[in-house]
Amino acid sequence: MSFTGLTTHEEQRMLREIGVGAFDELLDAIPERVVLHQPLPIPGPLSEIEIRRTLGEWSRTNAADRAVSFLGAGAYDHWIPSAVNAVAMRSEFATAYTPYQPEVAQGSLTAIFQFQSMIAELTGCDVANASLYDGSTATVEAALLARGQTGRKRVVVAGALHPNYLGVLRTYLDGRDLTILENRGGSCAALDLRAGLGPDVACVIYQHPNFFGLLENPRGIHAMAHEVGALVIAVCDPVALSLIEPPGKAGADMVVGEAQPLGNPPSFGGPMLGYFACKQSLVRRMPGRIAAETNDRDGRRGFVLTLQTREQHIRREKATSNICTNQGLMALRATIHMGLLGRQGMRDVAELCVQKSHHAAQLATAVPGYRRAHDGAFFREFALECPLDASAIVARGMTAGILPGVDLGQFRPEWKRWLLVAVTEQRSAQEIERWVQVLADAGRTS
Amino acid sequence: MSYPDDVRYTAEHEWARLAHGIVTVGITGYATEQLGDVVFVELPPIGKQIEASKTFGVVEAVKTVSDLYAPVTGVVVEVNTALTDNPAAVNVEPYGAGWMIRIKPANPADVDQLMNSAAYSRLIEEQHA
Repeated sequence: MSFTGLTTHEEQRMLREIGVGAFDELLDAIPERVVLHQPLPIPGPLSEIEIRRTLGEWSRTNAADRAVSFLGAGAYDHWIPSAVNAVAMRSEFATAYTPYQPEVAQGSLTAIFQFQSMIAELTGCDVANASLYDGSTATVEAALLARGQTGRKRVVVAGALHPNYLGVLRTYLDGRDLTILENRGGSCAALDLRAGLGPDVACVIYQHPNFFGLLENPRGIHAMAHEVGALVIAVCDPVALSLIEPPGKAGADMVVGEAQPLGNPPSFGGPMLGYFACKQSLVRRMPGRIAAETNDRDGRRGFVLTLQTREQHIRREKATSNICTNQGLMALRATIHMGLLGRQGMRDVAELCVQKSHHAAQLATAVPGYRRAHDGAFFREFALECPLDASAIVARGMTAGILPGVDLGQFRPEWKRWLLVAVTEQRSAQEIERWVQVLADAGRTS
Repeated sequence: MSYPDDVRYTAEHEWARLAHGIVTVGITGYATEQLGDVVFVELPPIGKQIEASKTFGVVEAVKTVSDLYAPVTGVVVEVNTALTDNPAAVNVEPYGAGWMIRIKPANPADVDQLMNSAAYSRLIEEQHA
């Protein structure tokens, strides 16, 4: 297929063919009052030299590229082996489109199948799909699935779910159908959860490790939710999953989340990578596409898309989801990343995150004025209560080439002294010491 | 293709058989031929109130999916759970083992308003004319 634009000659031929005099006639249906009669205010065109110079200047203003990052809150700065880029950027992968024709797409389909298999193993679930937009839309899709499956409406959020994920849930659901349990001590309290449940609850959603990095008590949550006939949705970080018990093994009906930490950089605005895994009994309601293993007529192993009849190219508006664009290239990167690290490598990364984040927390809480905002076990990330506004520490860190954490005041005014700190395997002892120095310097000025 | 005389038909290719005040519902042999191999049937729970000409379920074949429309208004009293493990019964015996749901109709006489075998047969011929 050629991707070159139409010539005027070709456009004329097409218009003649459909019996239209000029292209603008096709737009006659657009009301006059909404038509823009001047060109869009976009500068240019520029020469290649000018474009390189301009974009280069813009890109050099991005401090994150050079700074030492302790940012997290849903996107994490993990090491990405060079081989991930080298393999994922091969043109047969990089330009691949939805593999509707298995006879010409065995490479893409094989990669998707491997991605699904790895996610299923990580989450302890029977099946996983080919991916979704991001962790927040995967969470919403899971809630919608639970409502369809149970015929119930109410969605209960237990413990600290990422505020942005909550925002996306609010966008999709009627506010009356959403119960958000306030968490005390940072994680889900059994007492609060029991009070929030009832026979009208379709599902319980919890994040594990939660927004504050704290570990929840999955088995307790699962038992309580299942007691009232609700499904359970665990929102999990895939790096943590190589260390903690997979919630699917502990009875969660669906495990979803953000797979950016696997082989994808924490770019501003994405692209992110939602993953979605569930029990076999829910597979026909699972949104998105699924690659499956089969045999061709000569008995040779091959891969195809399966259960496609649930999807929008066949079911149109009745599809399981109409917002399930898969992030093929990101999923491929995650697959290569997991393949390179292997089971032990992924576990090593997770263990380093635990060790380094706990080391950082220990040093930080020894600085006068600083303490952890919550008790309880944490993985890679923790909320630090500061003697001054977290925003001031962020500003100070920037001047020292350090992104010291996420200012939680941007989510809730009562969290303005909380700095959410993520420490990945990439942070060296020296970097952690520089970060502690930023905290100490900022603390003295308060 | 012939269409049995002991059932009534909808234009959406469901059949309905009234016996002892209960209406059994399935899809016609013509429908199964158009769909191809049925791989999954999604049916409503027992006790569900359904309305004539509204969808009550979904039949899924290898390459397509189709909604199921209720021939009469009423309450679902029985569901063919055997189709879960053996959806192919819909292809093999559309008017027998391939039945889908049983409805207690709000008004049993509504069944008589549906097409008889001859009328349904004409409908199919017209669609292929």
